[in-house]
Amino acid sequence: MAVVDASRPPNPSRPALSDHLRRLESESIEIIREVAAGFDNPVMLYSIGKDSGVMLHLAVKAFYPSKPPFPLLHVDTTWKFQDMIRHRDTIAEQYGVKLLVHTNEEGLARGINPIASGSSLHTQVMKTEGLKQALDKYGFDAAFGGARRDEEKSRAKERIFSFRSAGHVWDPRNQRPELWRLYNTRVNKGETIRVFPLSNWTELDIWEYTRAEGIAVVPLYFAAPRPVVERDGMLIMRDDERMPLLPGEVEETRWVRFRSLGCYPLSAAVESRATSLDDIIGEMRASRTSERQGRLIDVDESASMEKKKREGYF
Amino acid sequence: MDGALIEETQAQTEAPAAAQKGLLRFLTCGSVDDGKSTLIGRLLYDSKLILDDHLAALERDSARHGTTGEELDLALLVDGLEAERQQGITIDVAYRFFTTDKRAFIVADTPGHEQYTRNMATGASNADLAVILIDARKGVLTQTRRHSYICSLLGVRHLVLAVNKIDLADYDQAVFDQIVADYRAFAETLGFASITPVPMSARHGDNVTTRSAHTPWYAGPTLLEHLESIDVESDAAARPFRFPVQWVNRPNLDFRGFSGTIASGTVRPGDRIVVAASGRQSAVTRIVTYDGDLAEARAGQAVTLTLADEVDIARGDLLAPPTDRPEVADQFAAHLIWMGDEPLLPGRPYLMRIGTRYVPVRVTTLKHKVDVDTLDHLAARTLSLNEIGLCNLSTASPVAFDSYADNRETGAFILIDRYTNATVGAGMIAFGLRRAANIHRQAMLVSRADHERMAGHKPATLWFTGLSGSGKSTIANLVERKLHERGVRTFLLDGDNVRHGLNRDLGFSDADRVENVRRVGEVARLFVEAGVVVLCSFISPFRAERRMVRELFAEGEFFEVFVDTTLEDCIARDPKGLYGKALDGKIANFTGVSSPYEPPEHAELILATPALSPDQAADAVIDELERRGRI
Repeated sequence: MAVVDASRPPNPSRPALSDHLRRLESESIEIIREVAAGFDNPVMLYSIGKDSGVMLHLAVKAFYPSKPPFPLLHVDTTWKFQDMIRHRDTIAEQYGVKLLVHTNEEGLARGINPIASGSSLHTQVMKTEGLKQALDKYGFDAAFGGARRDEEKSRAKERIFSFRSAGHVWDPRNQRPELWRLYNTRVNKGETIRVFPLSNWTELDIWEYTRAEGIAVVPLYFAAPRPVVERDGMLIMRDDERMPLLPGEVEETRWVRFRSLGCYPLSAAVESRATSLDDIIGEMRASRTSERQGRLIDVDESASMEKKKREGYF
Repeated sequence: MDGALIEETQAQTEAPAAAQKGLLRFLTCGSVDDGKSTLIGRLLYDSKLILDDHLAALERDSARHGTTGEELDLALLVDGLEAERQQGITIDVAYRFFTTDKRAFIVADTPGHEQYTRNMATGASNADLAVILIDARKGVLTQTRRHSYICSLLGVRHLVLAVNKIDLADYDQAVFDQIVADYRAFAETLGFASITPVPMSARHGDNVTTRSAHTPWYAGPTLLEHLESIDVESDAAARPFRFPVQWVNRPNLDFRGFSGTIASGTVRPGDRIVVAASGRQSAVTRIVTYDGDLAEARAGQAVTLTLADEVDIARGDLLAPPTDRPEVADQFAAHLIWMGDEPLLPGRPYLMRIGTRYVPVRVTTLKHKVDVDTLDHLAARTLSLNEIGLCNLSTASPVAFDSYADNRETGAFILIDRYTNATVGAGMIAFGLRRAANIHRQAMLVSRADHERMAGHKPATLWFTGLSGSGKSTIANLVERKLHERGVRTFLLDGDNVRHGLNRDLGFSDADRVENVRRVGEVARLFVEAGVVVLCSFISPFRAERRMVRELFAEGEFFEVFVDTTLEDCIARDPKGLYGKALDGKIANFTGVSSPYEPPEHAELILATPALSPDQAADAVIDELERRGRI
């Protein structure tokens, strides 16, 4: 267990959380503690996004004055925005938690990338396979993910403790009933649990909590003039030279921000002037589209999330 | 309803008003095709919480899977999984979130399909209110009764009776009144605090979020108005303090805290507490959180407590006020909802999770099962998937609890299968059994150590398991003779012999086999306490029961000896002529032939015959006892 700051002073300058956020916070802390107490070797998946940021913050709160008794794991596809990687390294250091980074080297060697291979193969190999490799490599028996039930239809049916049989298989028909808050943390060797402490949070809750708690987020969530190209009706940011322009495409600078962050050529930006958390929350309340709308990997067909999950995607 | 919604009003206001209102968790239940999913879709749609890209997907899907022709099929908004969408039924619990300017809601959409009672119970376990859907054309159905009973059993206090598809009954008040009267007559005994009937059409939106012009005779609230205004604030904070210790927070030698979520009541520094199971007392010194120490914490808050004294406390303990303690017992009566594919076997050990504690448990008596359609009590020997019964349970060690009626948090438990780890049951404790409260263990003047000293060796149980005719008794007899010759005190319990006396009342059904092994295990334990090496020769075909016996003993006292003879060899040998009869169908439930044998996974010793002669096998057992320091 890491060093402790047992004398951390309260922060009276921060406004009190609303009852609603306080309740969500307590529920998530209970779930996170349950995993630390009930499993031998848990890990927290850290995707660098706003949800991961809240989840990590909750973990730090859950164990205070101890440090979270598990490492963070980032599955790096090598196609994350540069801002994201910078943020990741700063945060790990700031919170004093151990960060593991795993890349599917085999996929990299095969030359898998989102531009030439297409979004679905890239996601399958670099994210899903990469994740399974890392879980096997370290022998983790439980992995936290920041998914929320309000994100997508098949997520709405997901358990908080989601059972995966050996080989990381998610069978929606073979999930354990989850009654009260009596989570079943028992697994046999080779079986694992994915745990979603933010299940009952909404996107708006995440932003309001981020603001209330002063949690740092990747600057890409805030609007700024950025180089983008318009492709299939979506605004794609060119984060580096690896993304070639198609005939007729022009790179232009527009005020954009991201609602959801994934691999950079697969995450579309939205036009926005929201440069602060207050702006983002105001924009969200007026919004008429879901955050995953900008995720190119979801649009193939509406059941695509369920398919990816069966394959082991988070 | 117009203008009542978050994105319309709150986008202009600074503080999110909804965030300050109490959350309402409710579930919807009803029979297949009563329109549950449509109702939730309607709530989301009318609340303008369906976002543009979801609406576009809905339009695509309505054309492909929809059942409403040209109209949007709102049910498709919530029927999440691909498989069930194609079958047109909801097969699992889905959670939906919506917020109006008055309140935040979490809706559990639970299936109406008969075989999925367990999902409904799951949804009900965390709900404050239930919306029971009734098809106006069909009235109160068997499943309406079933779902109402489950809600009542799980402690849901408030009901909305949604008489749906009223449009298809010509908006007829007489139809509505009759259904309400029927339902009230049925639900009288179920103890709901409120029942609010609403005539509605989820498909067309009548009385869901807006008042219907078609039901001028109805003066009550719309569904949403009712949901927004009902007071379900539980009295969790007013009940006695209960704190299940979840995790011991020990960052260094100077800090020792107990982390957990307050199940009920409130706590302040200075409050006296007792560890329910051990009776040890102390006082709370600090309520520690990341945001600073608190002067008070109440039900639902996740905190870390420090205490004035060094008290032995671990995960699973329950802290309570010394003046208002929970019951502590190892035997109690509880309602049990069976959720496993394999039926409940009384006598078989399961794992119980209650609060933050896991403890081995057996159902000792199944008093009756409940016919959920008539609420009649029926005699039963087992519970199958989706059946509900009242049982007596016995835990391996005493646990702290309140009755479920007094406290949903400390009176609920789940049962877990010890091999698959599946959640197979959900229980609600009715009351502790006086037997446990009044029978205390007698302290002995001659201790176990005294017995061992006199014997000059350590006791042990050698548990020989294997198929009938595998050679268990032969080997066990040889081992006993060799031990006897060395001056070791022994006793042999043989399966056939025991069935002539102690267990003469038991047959060969699965339930009786379990009880047979349990009794023998207890007898062996008495001998071990007397310092004896006990040899038990029993087919004992089920892993679960062998594990139950193993857990009666301390580490190192129990030796599972697997006499590993193939079925073919046993049949060829057939010393008692039993295989011949069994293969002819003259003996029912014969292990290896018509009843399974589950070989051990972690036996201390495996004796492979006929590779080993009986004498060599016996020597191997003696060697193992020596190697482990028992003799």
